[in-house]
Amino acid sequence: MNELYASYVRKGMLPTLFCPGCGNGIVLNAAIGAIDRLGIRKDTACVSGIGCSSWIPCYLDMDVVHGIHGRALPIAQGLKLAAPERHVLVFTGDGDCLAIGGNHLIHAANRNIDLTVLMVNNYIYGMTGGQKSPATPKNMVTKTSPYGTTDISVDGCRLAIVMGASYVARWTTAHPLELEKSIARGIRHKGFSFIEILAQCPVQVGREVFGTKDAGEIMSSYKERARSGEIEIGVFKDLSDIPEYTERAPRSEEEAR
Amino acid sequence: MSGIPKEKDRAEPLVLQGNEACAIGALRAGCRFFAGYPITPSTEVIEYLAKKMPLVGGVFIQMEDEIGSACAIIGARWGGCRAMTATSGPGFSLMQEAIGFAAVTETPIVIVDVQRGGPSTGQPTMSAQQDVYQARYGSHGDYEIIALAPSSVQEMYDFTIRAFGLSERYRTPVIILSDEIVGHMRENVSVTQHTDEGDPPDRGDIGFCSPIADFFTGRNSLVEGQLHNASGERIGHLPNESGRFIAALNDKIRVHADEIADVEAHYMEDANIAFIAYGSVARSAMTAVQLARGVYNAKKRQGFSVSGIFRKGLSFALHDDYRKLKVGLIKVNTLWPFPENALRKLTRHTRLVVVPEMNVGRYVREIERVLPGVQVLSYPKCGGEIHTPQELLDQALSAIGAEGMMEDLSSDE
Repeated sequence: MNELYASYVRKGMLPTLFCPGCGNGIVLNAAIGAIDRLGIRKDTACVSGIGCSSWIPCYLDMDVVHGIHGRALPIAQGLKLAAPERHVLVFTGDGDCLAIGGNHLIHAANRNIDLTVLMVNNYIYGMTGGQKSPATPKNMVTKTSPYGTTDISVDGCRLAIVMGASYVARWTTAHPLELEKSIARGIRHKGFSFIEILAQCPVQVGREVFGTKDAGEIMSSYKERARSGEIEIGVFKDLSDIPEYTERAPRSEEEAR
Repeated sequence: MSGIPKEKDRAEPLVLQGNEACAIGALRAGCRFFAGYPITPSTEVIEYLAKKMPLVGGVFIQMEDEIGSACAIIGARWGGCRAMTATSGPGFSLMQEAIGFAAVTETPIVIVDVQRGGPSTGQPTMSAQQDVYQARYGSHGDYEIIALAPSSVQEMYDFTIRAFGLSERYRTPVIILSDEIVGHMRENVSVTQHTDEGDPPDRGDIGFCSPIADFFTGRNSLVEGQLHNASGERIGHLPNESGRFIAALNDKIRVHADEIADVEAHYMEDANIAFIAYGSVARSAMTAVQLARGVYNAKKRQGFSVSGIFRKGLSFALHDDYRKLKVGLIKVNTLWPFPENALRKLTRHTRLVVVPEMNVGRYVREIERVLPGVQVLSYPKCGGEIHTPQELLDQALSAIGAEGMMEDLSSDE
C-alpha cells in the first residue's frame, strides 16, 4: 500500500466499498495529496452527503461527518461557522449536490462561504443501482429513464459560477495531478471553491454513457474528449477579491456596532 | 431533577415575551450558534438572536430553509458550539430527517417548536398542541426523544436552559414544545445572572458510546448516520449488532425516564379528580383548580397579566357544585420520555382524570395506556382558543355525573 495513503486511511475499514475501476479512489488519493501537501490534516474536517462519492471521506482518519442526502452543505456551513479558522472539505455527488442538495448549493455559493466542495460527477445515482441524475446526458437510458432521459443535463459549474462561487474548476479522473493541485488551491482559496470531477462508474453507467465497462477505456475517453474540447475542463473562475461570508458576519460586539 | 436554576441565583424580575425568554435562556445556557428560518409564531426567537448573537461573540445565520437550519446546528455542535433552532409545525416537519440524524449520531441540539394550528399551513397565528406525537415519532426509525412543554414565560427561560443540559447529558436532540400562547404572552421572569446547567454530565452509566468528541480535538471522529460501532464504522449489514445498537440507543433515554421526568402535582393530596395538562392549557387548568378550591387570588392572578381569554373564565358565578370538587392538577413538564411512573404514583388515589388538550386528543392516549384503573376522559379543543377555566370545571362536573361519582361531591374530608 502506498505509504502516504496508508498514513491517512482507516485501515480497519478497508477494503473500500467502491467497485473495481471506480473513479472515487482517484479522488480520495488526490484529496490526501492536497491535504498533505498543505500540511493541514489536523485543521481539516470533511463533510459528505449520501452516495458513492460521499463514502470517500469516511476512509480518512480525520474528523468526518457522513451526513444525510443532499445536506452536506448546510452541515458543513454550521461546522465552518463554529470553527471559522479551520478548513472544511465537502464531498458530494451529482445527485446529492444538484438534485436534493441544489437549493443548498445555490445559497452556499451565494454566501461565498469558505468551503471546498468536491462534486464527483458520474452522471448517475450509482449507489442505488443506476437511476438518472440531473447530470445524466440527454437521451441516456437508465433505470428511471427507460426510454431515454428527456431533461437537459445540469451543469454544476455554471450554476456555481452564476451564484457567486469564487473558485470554480472541473477536472476528470484522467487528470489526477491537476486535480490534486486544484484541490489544494481550492482549500487555500478563501471563499466558496467548487471543483467538479468527472468520474467513471463502470458498473452502473459504463456501457450506457461510454459504450464500455472498462474503466481504463473510460478514462482514456475523458482524456481525449478533454483534449479535443468536447468536455470543458480547467479553472473557470478564480477571484480572490470577493468578500467571504465569515469575514462579513460580525463576531463581536465591536464588529456589530 | 437536574437543570433548573436555583432560587437564590435569580435576579430581579423583568417583563418578557415567551419567545424572548427562550432566546435569553439559550444564551444563558451557553448557546453560541443559532441557525433558523422565519415562521409564525416563532419568529421573535430568531429576531432576538439575530441581534444578540453577534454581541456575545456567537454566530447567527438565517438559512435558506428549515432543513438547512436543522443541519447547520448539527454541524455547529460537532464544531464545538452549543446550537439551537426555532420553528413551528410546518418547519418542524421539514426538520424531522435531521432530528433522526441527530438522534442516531447522538448530537446534542435544541429545537424549539412554537406550535400553531395544523395540519399543513393550518392556522398560522393560532395556538395548538398538535405536534405532541410529531415530537415523539416525527422521524423514521426507532429512537427516543426528550420534549419539554413550557407553560409560562418563566418556564420558557428555565426549560430552555434545562434543555441544553439534558441534550449534552444524554447526547440527544431535545425539543422545546411550546405553543403560540406561551410564545407570545408577556410575564414576569426572573433570569439568573449566570449559567446554571444543573448537575455536570455524568456519563458513567449512560449510553453505550463515549462522550461527544468535538472536532479538532484530535479524536478523528467519524459521525455516521448508518447504524455504527463506537468508531463510527457502519454495522447496518450486521443483524445482531444492529439490534443491539437500536436497543442501546433507545434504552439510553428510556431507562433514565424517571430522572428526566418533571411532573408537578398541585392540590392532589386529597384529590379524587384531576386534570392532567401541559403547556398553555395547564395555566387554565391551574386557574380552574384554584377557583374550585377557593384559593384563586384575583389580584395575584398566578403572577401573570390576565388576557381576555382568562377574564371570560373568571367572571362566571361559581356554582356550589364547583366548590365541592376535590380537584387537583398534574402538570406535565416533560412530555417525552413519557413519565409513566410519576403519573402512576400521583394518581393512585384518583378516580377520574380529565385531559384537556388543544388537539384531537393525543397525550391522553398515553395516559389511558398507563392508568388502566382510572377513568380517563379526553377533553379536546381545536380551533385555536384555549379551554377556559369554566369549561374545564363544567367538564369535570359533567364527567363526575357521567361516571356516577356524584356522591363524591358531597363527601367530607
